[in-house]
Amino acid sequence: MAAATGPARWHRNLSAKIAAIPMITTALVVFIGGTAWTVLYSFTSSKLLPKEKFVGFAQYERLWSSSKWLISIENLAIYGAFSLIFSLLIGFVLAALLDQKIRFEDTFRTLLLYPFALSFIVTGLAWQWILNPDFGIQQVVRNLGWENFSFDPLYNPDIVIYGILIAGLWQGTGLIMCLMLAGLRGIDEDIWKAAKIDGIPMWKTYIFIIIPMMRGIFITAIVLIASGIIKVYDLVVAQTGGGPGIASEVPAKYVYDAMFLSQNLGQGFAASTMMLLTVIVIVVPWAYLEFGGKRRG
Amino acid sequence: MGNVTRASADVQVSPVPQEMTGPRGPKPRTVLSRRNIMIYGTLIMVSLYYMLPLYVMIVTSLKGMPEIRLGNIFSPPVEITFQPWVKAWAEACTGLNCDGLSRGFFNSVRILIPSVLLSIAIASVNGYALANWRFKGSETFFTILIVGAFIPYQVMIYPIVIMLREVGLYGSLTGLVIVHTIFGMPILTLLFRNYFASVPQELFKAARVDGAGFWGIYFRIMVPMSLPIFVVAMILQVTGIWNDFLFGVIYTKPDLYPMTVQLNNIVNSTQGVKEYNVNMAATILTGLVPLTIYFISGKLFVRGIAAGAVKG
Repeated sequence: MAAATGPARWHRNLSAKIAAIPMITTALVVFIGGTAWTVLYSFTSSKLLPKEKFVGFAQYERLWSSSKWLISIENLAIYGAFSLIFSLLIGFVLAALLDQKIRFEDTFRTLLLYPFALSFIVTGLAWQWILNPDFGIQQVVRNLGWENFSFDPLYNPDIVIYGILIAGLWQGTGLIMCLMLAGLRGIDEDIWKAAKIDGIPMWKTYIFIIIPMMRGIFITAIVLIASGIIKVYDLVVAQTGGGPGIASEVPAKYVYDAMFLSQNLGQGFAASTMMLLTVIVIVVPWAYLEFGGKRRG
Repeated sequence: MGNVTRASADVQVSPVPQEMTGPRGPKPRTVLSRRNIMIYGTLIMVSLYYMLPLYVMIVTSLKGMPEIRLGNIFSPPVEITFQPWVKAWAEACTGLNCDGLSRGFFNSVRILIPSVLLSIAIASVNGYALANWRFKGSETFFTILIVGAFIPYQVMIYPIVIMLREVGLYGSLTGLVIVHTIFGMPILTLLFRNYFASVPQELFKAARVDGAGFWGIYFRIMVPMSLPIFVVAMILQVTGIWNDFLFGVIYTKPDLYPMTVQLNNIVNSTQGVKEYNVNMAATILTGLVPLTIYFISGKLFVRGIAAGAVKG
């Protein structure tokens, strides 16, 4: 591993090398080995147990003709797009409000961030109760006199994904707010003074000066939100279990169901490889921009 | 941070006598200016919205079922009862077991303690080796580790099932502890590496001159000097592992399910009459550990997630 350039070189730093064995094993065996294994076996016809019968792209063809997978992808796209936009928007606006040198800043921040400490299961179950059509918001509004009021996202296949989005945003926006606040605090006071002297209104200063200066924070936030979106699983399991029918399925759940419920390993491997591909498409350009340029430059 | 909060207090007391005192003069800022009403009004509304689910959960858990069926979910309980809490903790059923969430709680504790200790021990040594004892290839392994953090878990789930099955740990708590250690490693290693790199090199060199080795420096200098980062790592891991659902459901058996998995099974089981008050009590119980840590740790929690978020 440590290329020996001399006979006595290999045991230099020996303790450090021994201490790093767990890290090396994780990196090589689990991360690289495991990923390669899954990608390789996605080309087999594995069912209950993995087996080396290669069938080309058959699993992928089946995957893309499965309505459950197509709905999963559609849900992920809708959830992802709205989650990204609203997280950034709400997170930034809240951070900007907290940055106005207000009193009780710590109290507000604590109240806005606490959902982030809760698990997706707890989040999902809490919102499942609030959105319950017989007892929750819908019933409360009906009791106030609007008899025909209808708000039952978790029981309506057309809008179920938005019901999950509400819970997801409640849980996650606090984190983005904290990131943005850190970004706003990093901006030089003089910029604000200069903008004030030039008579630029506050909202314009934010949009045309501050936000472009916070590019790095925005990119971090986007990467963070995006990697959270692709992982979304527990929230759906807790809130709807994928229902009604298959209306709120997501890719991560498709993988779990294929591997552990319907004994269809090949499908699970193919679906997880597709997830990996999505991440690569998002992360590689970002990593290139963030690290590739700087290191060499 | 400190001087920012102090500045905000000043602004409130003495309204801005800054350099800008030209012909227009300083704007008179009273407490009830339109701007303040807008800012505080919005923040208070949003905070209320964020508090709403917690409030509804607590209120529901303190009502009896008849009251839930009649009333609305936002109204405070007429008759407070703690029966749902008792039932959620000690009597609620999952499958054939009817000993409540307490089983899941103790399973989670048994998972949590070794996972947190092991993952922090390994990651801190990793970070130490990467910061102070670089060897050929160490940066490569570190890069793989960080890149690995972006790989969806679903890709690595099954190979790990096979590995654990080969060594006879699939379905055991030990297996789950190993899984948590593996998936906690990238972020924690990064955290420790960056922290140790900021410890003055002179200290390290002086200890080397005095003849201290790898472990001597780690235990006598690095660990005692880095207690804050150990606390941050602990907060990160305790909340992360306690809130985990996916690994718990995959790598353990029903008897050993952590609290989140058991909670989901209790609430979303299709048999029997739904007891919403018990469900909500169970939900709060499961959220209590991370919430307590959050409210106690305050700024350290924010620091932990910020460290987790901002790479490099």
